[in-house]
Amino acid sequence: MKFLILLSHLNILLTMDIVVDGITKTYGQQNAVDNLSFRVKTGEILGFLGPNGAGKTTTMKAITGFLVTNKGDITVGGISVNENPGEIKKHIGYLPEHNPLYTEMPVIDFLAFIAGLQGVNKQDIEERVAEMVRVCGLRTEKHKKIRELSKGFRQRVGLAQALIHDPEVLILDEPTTGLDPNQIIEIRELIKRIGREKTVILSSHILAEVEATCDRILIIHNGKIVANGTAEELRRQARGNEMLIVEIGNSERNDAYRALSYLPSVELVDFADQSDNLFSVHSQYRQSSVKPIFDMCVANGWFLKQLTPVETKLEDIFREVTKN
Amino acid sequence: MNLRGEIYSEIAVSILFHFQKILIMKQIMMITRRELQSVFDSLIAYIMIVVFLALSGLFTWLYGSDIFYVNQASLQSFFSIAFWTLFFFIPALTMKQIAEESRSGTIEILLTKPVSEWQVLWGKFLATLILIGIALLLTLPYYFTVWSLGPVDHGAVWTGYLGLLLMSSAYISIGIFASSLTKNQIVAFLLTLFIGIFFHLIFGFLAAQMSGLTGTVFNYLSLSTHYDSITRGVIDSKDLIYFISIIFLGIISAEAILVKRTVN
Repeated sequence: MKFLILLSHLNILLTMDIVVDGITKTYGQQNAVDNLSFRVKTGEILGFLGPNGAGKTTTMKAITGFLVTNKGDITVGGISVNENPGEIKKHIGYLPEHNPLYTEMPVIDFLAFIAGLQGVNKQDIEERVAEMVRVCGLRTEKHKKIRELSKGFRQRVGLAQALIHDPEVLILDEPTTGLDPNQIIEIRELIKRIGREKTVILSSHILAEVEATCDRILIIHNGKIVANGTAEELRRQARGNEMLIVEIGNSERNDAYRALSYLPSVELVDFADQSDNLFSVHSQYRQSSVKPIFDMCVANGWFLKQLTPVETKLEDIFREVTKN
Repeated sequence: MNLRGEIYSEIAVSILFHFQKILIMKQIMMITRRELQSVFDSLIAYIMIVVFLALSGLFTWLYGSDIFYVNQASLQSFFSIAFWTLFFFIPALTMKQIAEESRSGTIEILLTKPVSEWQVLWGKFLATLILIGIALLLTLPYYFTVWSLGPVDHGAVWTGYLGLLLMSSAYISIGIFASSLTKNQIVAFLLTLFIGIFFHLIFGFLAAQMSGLTGTVFNYLSLSTHYDSITRGVIDSKDLIYFISIIFLGIISAEAILVKRTVN
């Protein structure tokens, strides 16, 4: 029996999936999180998107065991946060929103303190701190007090304290707020590099960032999931139809219009501009008109000046799913 | 499963359990160390010790009902002045302990590590108690000086120090409780004084005004009653139970408030 328990603990080390199962969190009358369920697989970086007050931070705090939910449970690697929060905390590295730090402490003292709390062996602490200083690029600042650091370096200290015990799970609440573009790219690269063999949840309101860093995107609104999938899938979901801008040379405007409309894969053709032979072409659901348009032009002896797919921007999807 | 296997696994589990207990103590000590580091780094500790020594030294040796005025080789005058200086110093030390962590959000860093509210609170309690202990240790020269002046009741001196430590522990615990109620240090400071003054003065005052059962109850609640009886050289279990109850009541209430904050 005890052997089995030991075995299950070993199993934890192999897979560290986060399973959020129907959690509800109520503040007064309002549901901050409403019967939310999702799953994050080991090795996956999940981007958590949503307008302010959507319940991102609440969900993340619940996973780390800092908040207790009213309903539902969360398991990390099979361990329940309701039943055994102490055990879960050992496996999670957490960067809270606004990155609170003991500003009166020097960087390496602070990191050593956190390492101790996380149960890193005494003889390994120095090595782990040195490793974190190296990985997070804190070498020049390591003896300074945290209050003397710039915002970018503070953010790195926050990330270093989250990573100090080499956790299997990383929860990062807006890791790049307040950084300049160079720093954002650096931190993003760091997260990507570290995130390969870990389970990562990252919240942000910068859409481009989530798209660049994350394998999968979860958009929540009013405590509920409104979109879930890769950036590509979300685009397809939001606009199932392909849209092309087509410009055709040496043809009569109305001929071209008619020819385009007769193509079987085309649903709708619009004049994109009054003067030129510029059209916007909407394809039928799940069909592509690129090749038929090309073939049609060849058959008529026309030439294509332009054939541009119009991408739905993630911003549009975000706006669409989170409007009231 | 055979018996031997059962026994071995039983032993393994008990060792693990024991190890976990050591770990709990270890984490309390880590919190304590950081806390002490922070007060010594920020000069608060030095200022507190110097002012405490200056004030208690002044009233023990030079001014008011000092040792020469009383004309007895006893530290009674020191104990009665320390009773008041510590009453004001302790809230100043405890006021930031939880309030500042809540305000800056670092409490979230702590409580998302494998550390319980209980360990955090005891770690902070211990840090302040150690600081008070250091301040009291530095008053030992008073004791040796008085000793050289005449015959001293050594028992009364040691119980006097014990009384100061117990009283300090009680006010530290109340201070930590007050600090956990608010994000504002000043509010925490005033609240500690407000709660403290009941134990320090008002209960004793009420006990003197009333007779019968209510008088006895207030007399028992008054901290100075118990402090006086200990500094007089009598260690009664009744007094010890009183102090230990206040200490635990304060820390347990503070824990309840911290836990409630995460539930809400």
